[in-house]
Amino acid sequence: MKEKKPYTLAVFSENTVGILNLISIVYTRRSISVQSISASPTAIPGIYKTTVLSHSDRETMEKVVAQIEKAIYVVKAFLFTDDEIVHQEVALYKVPTVKLMDEPELEHIIRTHNARILEITQDFTVIEKTGHTDETEALFRELQKYDIRQFVRSGRVCVTKDPIEHVTVYLENRDKINKNKKI
Amino acid sequence: MEEIITGGEALMRCLECEGVDYLFGYPGGTIMPVYDKLYDHQTTLKHILTRHEQGAIHAAEGYARATGKTGVVFATSGPGATNLVTGIADARMDSTPLVIIAGQVSINVLGSDAFQETDFIDITNPISKWGFMARKAEDIPDLIARAFFIANSGRPGPVIIDMPRNVQVETMKWEGYKKCNFIRTYIERPMPVEKDIESAAELLNSASRPLILAGHGVTIAGAERELGEIAEKGDIPVATTIHGLSALPTDHPKHIGMLGMHGNMGPNIATNRADVIFAIGMRFDDRVVGKVSDYAPDAKIIHVDIDASEMGRTINPYMTIHADAADALKALLPKIKRNNHPEWIKFISELQRIEYEKVVKYQRAPSGDNPMKMAEVVNKVSEMVNCDAILVTDVGQNQMTAVRNFKMTSPRSVITSGGLGTMGFGLPAAIGAKFGRPERTICLFCGDGGFQMTEQELGTIMEYGLDVKIVILNNNYLGNVRQWQKLFFKARYSQTPMLNPDFVAIGKAYGIEGEDVASANELPGAIDRMLKSERSYLLNVNIDPEDMVFPMVCPGDPIDRIMLNETEYLDSNIEL
Repeated sequence: MKEKKPYTLAVFSENTVGILNLISIVYTRRSISVQSISASPTAIPGIYKTTVLSHSDRETMEKVVAQIEKAIYVVKAFLFTDDEIVHQEVALYKVPTVKLMDEPELEHIIRTHNARILEITQDFTVIEKTGHTDETEALFRELQKYDIRQFVRSGRVCVTKDPIEHVTVYLENRDKINKNKKI
Repeated sequence: MEEIITGGEALMRCLECEGVDYLFGYPGGTIMPVYDKLYDHQTTLKHILTRHEQGAIHAAEGYARATGKTGVVFATSGPGATNLVTGIADARMDSTPLVIIAGQVSINVLGSDAFQETDFIDITNPISKWGFMARKAEDIPDLIARAFFIANSGRPGPVIIDMPRNVQVETMKWEGYKKCNFIRTYIERPMPVEKDIESAAELLNSASRPLILAGHGVTIAGAERELGEIAEKGDIPVATTIHGLSALPTDHPKHIGMLGMHGNMGPNIATNRADVIFAIGMRFDDRVVGKVSDYAPDAKIIHVDIDASEMGRTINPYMTIHADAADALKALLPKIKRNNHPEWIKFISELQRIEYEKVVKYQRAPSGDNPMKMAEVVNKVSEMVNCDAILVTDVGQNQMTAVRNFKMTSPRSVITSGGLGTMGFGLPAAIGAKFGRPERTICLFCGDGGFQMTEQELGTIMEYGLDVKIVILNNNYLGNVRQWQKLFFKARYSQTPMLNPDFVAIGKAYGIEGEDVASANELPGAIDRMLKSERSYLLNVNIDPEDMVFPMVCPGDPIDRIMLNETEYLDSNIEL
């Protein structure tokens, strides 16, 4: 058996219609379940980053990278194990405000988990926790007895520990080639 | 001068600027404004009306494969578009450049399940090279320029342009057409790294049992001359994939035949004996590799391909070169030393001799009064056409037998559905090939099953007065499935016998001459009449249903475990 573990794929692409589908179909084809996905603009104008978390083996994931990079508007895709990146997720927990009033313990839990209260209304309170999956899950387990009405966790976002910004370098090189072509 | 034109008119001008001569298509509701503009451009843009959209796209594939130019397809939305899906998948697998213009419902009703609406771009995303919807008429010139650039550069493939009806009728300012030659996120021509070419040359120069595996990429890149020179200079045998067959003439001294499940014995055994394998423009398809863990155990494999995602997909190469076949071979040629491998060459030619003596000779032997064997028919046609035709095949036994027995002398002489294995590909592809290369004889071999999947395209032949030589190898069975049923399913012929119509009469109904060939004695005369006819001609040849394609590597077996017939295997430890 090939060793399976979490792999984070960071896909840099032009911001065009349908790019998310082009990324996800490569996972679908190989029947790899996507654990989380998130997309956002990057520091580079016009370039979007889609971060996909899944559980698989390296060999398969390298093939996924190659197939995703085939999509015309994909700049580059990078494969990371957890130790190669700084990554985070955000979780929101909605609990009845009355619990917060009745159970002093609850505030203590929020503090020890480094979570914070985002919003309080008469009916409900929204707690926010930023962290890794195990951390947001730990808080979830503790809050369970306080009647969690809703729980939601965002997809993983990450930045690399690599000192070189490969996408920037790549795009600069491509722009140089284009200039030379025009001359 | 400022000119205001419609999106449909802009499309016509763009296609003219791209040098398009033939379009293959079928009109319908949402593409009518385009067809209306086409009416004014018919002297430059010659539209071929097929009888089904699948026929149009396979014809465009045949055209593209015969010429190297981009095939262009028109279809309407909904069923028109979905009828193209098989051809799109086929073109993607076999690296065939196509630009497909599909009508779409107007933007204001998109997503509402409007009449004849399908989400064509999303349906085809997994099987197209690129797909995009035109949102405004002004988008058209840039989109078409990108489409042609993407379709026929890098690893060629099918590109879809979805064109909502309102975009076709909206007006825009025509400012001329600029071809595309750069997309910043797409590297169409990765250049080989000098150091890698040096290493590859060193490996090949010091090898004692070198082998070149040449694929479709060599033909697409037009690198046949360089391939031949390297093979001759380094005394390196060349085995090809099905699509690489005409990269060297069949009789070229270094061309040792075809790889794979129904390939020749020389290439398959040599693969597992070679010490260095130089694989260029091929993708180690599972039908070529056989059992992966037993593949080429002694070889350092150098894999050259323009598609990086093919590297390490099935086998793990020793080194990879990400480049166009022509660039790689041109760089390699001066670094290849003159060399001789007499024992290695002798070993392979001995295998070729054994294959001929044990298998081919019997398959090609005339059957006299009996139903014929497929190989004898193909061989006879090949001889009588002076090995100078473009071979088009359908899929199945007819295909394997045709590519094994038909001799080719020039590049781009084999057109077949390899990766997808699309039954029904043959007839429309042959039609497209004829439009692309009217000066060449087009010989189509198909089975009785596949022929009936797209036989309506006889109507296209009739309408345009084409000259396509059609040979139906008719065994009244879905023969390839029957062969597998016989070998692996205890001869339980589940749903493979077929009651067939009178094919010659069908041909006649379309004004196509033809004749039934009942036995081998009638064959030479029939072929002669077919080749002498200046129009299309159909031979319905009576094939022995027991005839099977051998040699064969059974699925799951190592590529050098070769079945010579139903009961006998070649000794894979053979020492010569």
